[in-house]
Amino acid sequence: MDFDLSEEQRLLKESLDRLIGERYAFDQRKSYAQSPEGWSRELWAQFAELGLLGLPFEERHGGSAGGPVETMIAMEAFGRALVLEPYLATILLGGGFLRHGGSAQQCAHLIPKIADGSLTFAFAHTERQSRYDLHDIETRAVTDGAGWVLDGEKGVVVHGDSADKLIVTARVGGGRRDRGGVAAFIIDGKAAGVSRRGYPTQDGLRGAEITLANVRVGPEGVVGEPGGALPIIERVVDEGIAALCAEAVGAMAVMHELTVEYLKTRRQFGREIGSFQILQHRAVDMLIALEQARSMAMFATMMAAEENAAERRNAVAAAKVQIGRSGKFIGQQAIQLHGGIGMTMEYKVGHYFKRVTMIDMMFGDADHHLRQLARRGAAPAAA
Amino acid sequence: MDLRFTPEELAFRDDVRAFFRANLPESIRTKLVEGKHLAKDDIVTWQRTLNKKGWAVANWPVQWGGTGWTPVQQYIFQEELQLTPAPQPLGFGVTMVGPVMIAFGSEAQKKRFLPRIANLDDWWCQGFSEPGAGSDLASLRTAARREDDHYIVNGQKTWTTLAQHADWIFCLVRTDPQAKKQEGISFLLIDMKTPGITVRPIVTIEGGHEVNEVFFDDVKVPAENLVGQENKGWDYAKYLLGRERTGIARVGLSKERIRRIKELAAVEIAGDKPLIEDERFREKLATVEVELKALEMTQLRVVAAERHRTDNKPDPASSILKIKGSEIQQATTELLFEVVGPYALPYQPEHEDDERWNEPPIGPEWAGPIAPTYFNWRKTTIYGGTNEIQKNIIAKAILGL
Repeated sequence: MDFDLSEEQRLLKESLDRLIGERYAFDQRKSYAQSPEGWSRELWAQFAELGLLGLPFEERHGGSAGGPVETMIAMEAFGRALVLEPYLATILLGGGFLRHGGSAQQCAHLIPKIADGSLTFAFAHTERQSRYDLHDIETRAVTDGAGWVLDGEKGVVVHGDSADKLIVTARVGGGRRDRGGVAAFIIDGKAAGVSRRGYPTQDGLRGAEITLANVRVGPEGVVGEPGGALPIIERVVDEGIAALCAEAVGAMAVMHELTVEYLKTRRQFGREIGSFQILQHRAVDMLIALEQARSMAMFATMMAAEENAAERRNAVAAAKVQIGRSGKFIGQQAIQLHGGIGMTMEYKVGHYFKRVTMIDMMFGDADHHLRQLARRGAAPAAA
Repeated sequence: MDLRFTPEELAFRDDVRAFFRANLPESIRTKLVEGKHLAKDDIVTWQRTLNKKGWAVANWPVQWGGTGWTPVQQYIFQEELQLTPAPQPLGFGVTMVGPVMIAFGSEAQKKRFLPRIANLDDWWCQGFSEPGAGSDLASLRTAARREDDHYIVNGQKTWTTLAQHADWIFCLVRTDPQAKKQEGISFLLIDMKTPGITVRPIVTIEGGHEVNEVFFDDVKVPAENLVGQENKGWDYAKYLLGRERTGIARVGLSKERIRRIKELAAVEIAGDKPLIEDERFREKLATVEVELKALEMTQLRVVAAERHRTDNKPDPASSILKIKGSEIQQATTELLFEVVGPYALPYQPEHEDDERWNEPPIGPEWAGPIAPTYFNWRKTTIYGGTNEIQKNIIAKAILGL
């Protein structure tokens, strides 16, 4: 039992904090968001230089073989700065499919380009009817010689508008909600038959609605076993959720700091409003929610690489419940305690609120995961 | 960072677990599982078993009979006590007055009292709260007037837990009525057999007798029973109140209660199926389980951070543990209450001083103690510094408000 960072991990955290401090002030972020792709290619190159884009990959592919803890450190720092770049989409989701389902050839071909910053990914999975059920897929893939032809519609694909490559999930057999018959493909973002409608999301990121019409994929574009890809999807998504939990903790921590600072400086009735007990207790309730969320983000991190899929799913679901609830409470209270200024687009805190709100909606909100846990009757195992 | 227990820690846990299984009388364990009260003898028997093993005062320095365990081992030990479940060593001696004596007491006091605490030869109780000094503890008025080689104590303590069994009481008393309120307080050890002491029971809402009023009427206390220096008692009290960093959240106790909830909800039929299959009930249970898991991780973070601590000051994070821990404990008593349903209604006393105590059970044989436990557990957000006081502490000590 040891919660300390190793020397390498401390260095990673320091270099991240330095980069974020220099390059990710609130105004700088605003200018990145206004660029055509909604994020900064220049910063992406800096991420690559620092080795951040290779964090979870094997050294022979240009990575540094980091684990879930390294990812947690990076994501928490990104959460603190509301980083816009497609790290989750590319490194953790796209890269995750390669790490867990990619052939030796796919990994050797694609991962080095991810790690050096020349290739971005997005995960085209959600469909209009699927909500949060990973197995609910209508997009079809039918064989075409040695390859496949894809038809269907994917929605709310985060960073899907600019991604060089898309991971597309599709059904090669079975009915809409069957667990079997699911496959995953890597296709080019600009492949013939792919049309993308990009848009900004509520929290300042980018999303896309993607239509696949007669899209041809060669055999080299198949990830894992066609028909048996659901376990890979679940594993990658679980790692993604663990990472999102860490990002949310970073964002929540900033909201709490901003709020406490505001309570100490804002004066009304001739005194700092932080001298009022009702506001002090609210700030304490926010702290408790933050620490409980941090604990569960750590738990999700610890369990993200768990080989027992059922235990991993339960742990990650429990973390997502806590993050969703804490995020909502901290976000809403941060706005409330700031009063009018918290409502303005100009001030930071609302942007953090929007990000944690949207994190709750990614890969299942708190109620979704609570329902899953309740159905499975599963408390996450002890440490 | 490695958030799992090491193989050595796991082996330690197995040893502790095996010892508890082999040595705890089943009758005591059953009482705890069923939520029944322990007799004084149960607690004494168990503490002497632990003492023989060298585990009665695990948290003390080795010199005074402690184990020298790491904070993680101490945590595991506490957790296993709660999971078994086994009685906790009597806290008033082991985690309160013992450590205060070790830190501030005289050699004579240590030699005289510490071994008797470990073996529960002396049953200690705590004389802090007074009718006019609850959350505002420092406003206490029980007075000790120095006369030659002794003090004369007059006043009243209240909420004195298990004073009916006690041989000794450690008291905060006012020795300087002129000083600022925190500065005129001393820490005094008083023999409960001294003439002038009266103990009067307070019956709490569930019908039980845990707490008491203790009256002091010209009670003569030898001056050698003063701990540390006169008028420094407030410092010692703060030390005492902040000592309990591990185990305060009682994660193991809530885990054991959740196990019990599941066990009983599986046999209790609601409509055409066991209650445990009811979707709404399952979601409520899952909600508590998620919170408990988060609390367990928070607790482990505090425990793991302890080896970096050089001071003996309380970790303000322990206030978080107290708040969340008590809330979750209460939530488990509510769920258990829900499980029992209409048979929560019959009042079935289990105290031998009630003539109905030995009548056959009404309804399911496990129903009796469940409503009383729910009512009784409302105390947890009040005692040990109310949760509102804990929030004041966090606001000041952590947030700087």
